[in-house]
Amino acid sequence: METLKFDLDTKSLREVNQFLHGDASGLNGKSIVIENPNGAHNIAVGLKAELDVTIKGHAGYYAAGMNQIAKVTIEGSAGSGVAENMMSGHVHVKGFASNAAGATANGGLLVIDGDAGLRCAIALKGADIVVGGSVGSFSAFMAQAGNFVILGDAGEGLGDSIYEAKVFVRGKVKSLGADCEEKTMNAEDRQILADLLKKSGYADVSPDSFKQYGSARTLYHFHVDNAGAY
Amino acid sequence: MCGIVGLLVRNPKMRDSIGELMLPMLIGMTERGPDSAGMAIFGAPVSADARKFSLYSGVADFNWTKLGHDFEKHLSIKAKIEPKANHAVLTTTLEPATVKIWLKEHYPQLHLLSVGQLMDIYKDIGTPAQVAERYDFKNFKGTHLVGHTRMATESAVTPAHAHPFTAGEDWCLVHNGSLSNANSLRRKLQYEGIEFETDNDTEAACRFLQWRMREGDDLETALNHGFEELDGFYTLLMGTSTELALVRDPYGCKPAIIAEHDDYVAIASEFRSLAHLPDIKNAKVFEPSPKEMYVWKL
Repeated sequence: METLKFDLDTKSLREVNQFLHGDASGLNGKSIVIENPNGAHNIAVGLKAELDVTIKGHAGYYAAGMNQIAKVTIEGSAGSGVAENMMSGHVHVKGFASNAAGATANGGLLVIDGDAGLRCAIALKGADIVVGGSVGSFSAFMAQAGNFVILGDAGEGLGDSIYEAKVFVRGKVKSLGADCEEKTMNAEDRQILADLLKKSGYADVSPDSFKQYGSARTLYHFHVDNAGAY
Repeated sequence: MCGIVGLLVRNPKMRDSIGELMLPMLIGMTERGPDSAGMAIFGAPVSADARKFSLYSGVADFNWTKLGHDFEKHLSIKAKIEPKANHAVLTTTLEPATVKIWLKEHYPQLHLLSVGQLMDIYKDIGTPAQVAERYDFKNFKGTHLVGHTRMATESAVTPAHAHPFTAGEDWCLVHNGSLSNANSLRRKLQYEGIEFETDNDTEAACRFLQWRMREGDDLETALNHGFEELDGFYTLLMGTSTELALVRDPYGCKPAIIAEHDDYVAIASEFRSLAHLPDIKNAKVFEPSPKEMYVWKL
């Protein structure tokens, strides 16, 4: 596999991102290393080719946002909105991630080895997110679809106003948000969890050590008692 | 938006270059705050019976030497005046209350930015790089500092509205965020006899803490009262004679990132302001949790 190196100390991020946005036929199969990211914002956003991108350090806001197909590895931490609105592909943060990690993500897999900040997986729309550490308050707020696995603890208001996303937590949950409740894990859900643990490097963690949470479906279903209001 | 930076140098050998270490931190926060910048530097203390008064004139050609002469003549006491562009630091052993009255009477156009034994404050309008150049931030020496880059959202762009603000001797605060109940806080505090210099929301937060500490709270208790009464978004960074302290609002709306190293503790709104620090690769880098108080002592 061909490997290309870019050093953000000597090359502008715009040039690097424009290269990564080139015609997919010329990029597919390439391996890219980005050195000295030094917390720059918008690194490797909007990728849509079979690229393997490694960011050698800490990334700023929106790293790997809107990702499609590509695999992006951040060796340090990520700022707000990492992999936000990802459509497909794989984003791996080896450090911690700040607020709104994986916000509105439609598809693909986001793995965060460390902790994630507040509002992780907010408005999740179908992607899978695995957090090795703990997540902050208001995570999975209005999450619509997808699977969200937390190996550590969750903060306040987990899954507030959640729709049909599935949330699996191994540690403690400080509090559940409105209309979020504990569920009984069925065989199908257990399989989803086991597969995700395997895919994200936690094959040795038993799915049975998790509790599952989801929507109580009292907020978003029409209730006949309210018919008089219309 | 706004940017905050803080640096506490643990390694005594590096304290003479605190200004050089900090400068890229402050300039790194230019996009978050391009309209004004400010810095509180905690340097060598003046003698135990003396105080430093950081003054701001608003005009470049202010006659500071005359002010020094007038002060000594009227009050029959020695004073040292060290001008730097349109700021000056006045050092004297006269008690602060008398100095304040004299300044108000004879030089009402001057702003008194801070009083203390260690801390000098410089703040002005312009980009962080311009303000740093104007006041020679690069050559600051000291143990710790608190800086700010401002993007004004709720009050005017003037030097007086820039941060840091003070609420007591050798005590300063900078703020990233906005408060929605600054006006009602100000009205409440004015009934308590607290005086305000501007209509800035950060000043309201600062005076709130000043009032709580006047009522006997320590900083932690005062901040716990703050969590109840300050309505809005904030990351607050505070400096005292011996420590830096940081809090984020309960919703974590405003960012902060910390690098703890054997040689220093550095705080900024974003990592890009910390990336240049020596041996940063071996620092413990983390994000502070909301509604928790972090304190680093010298």
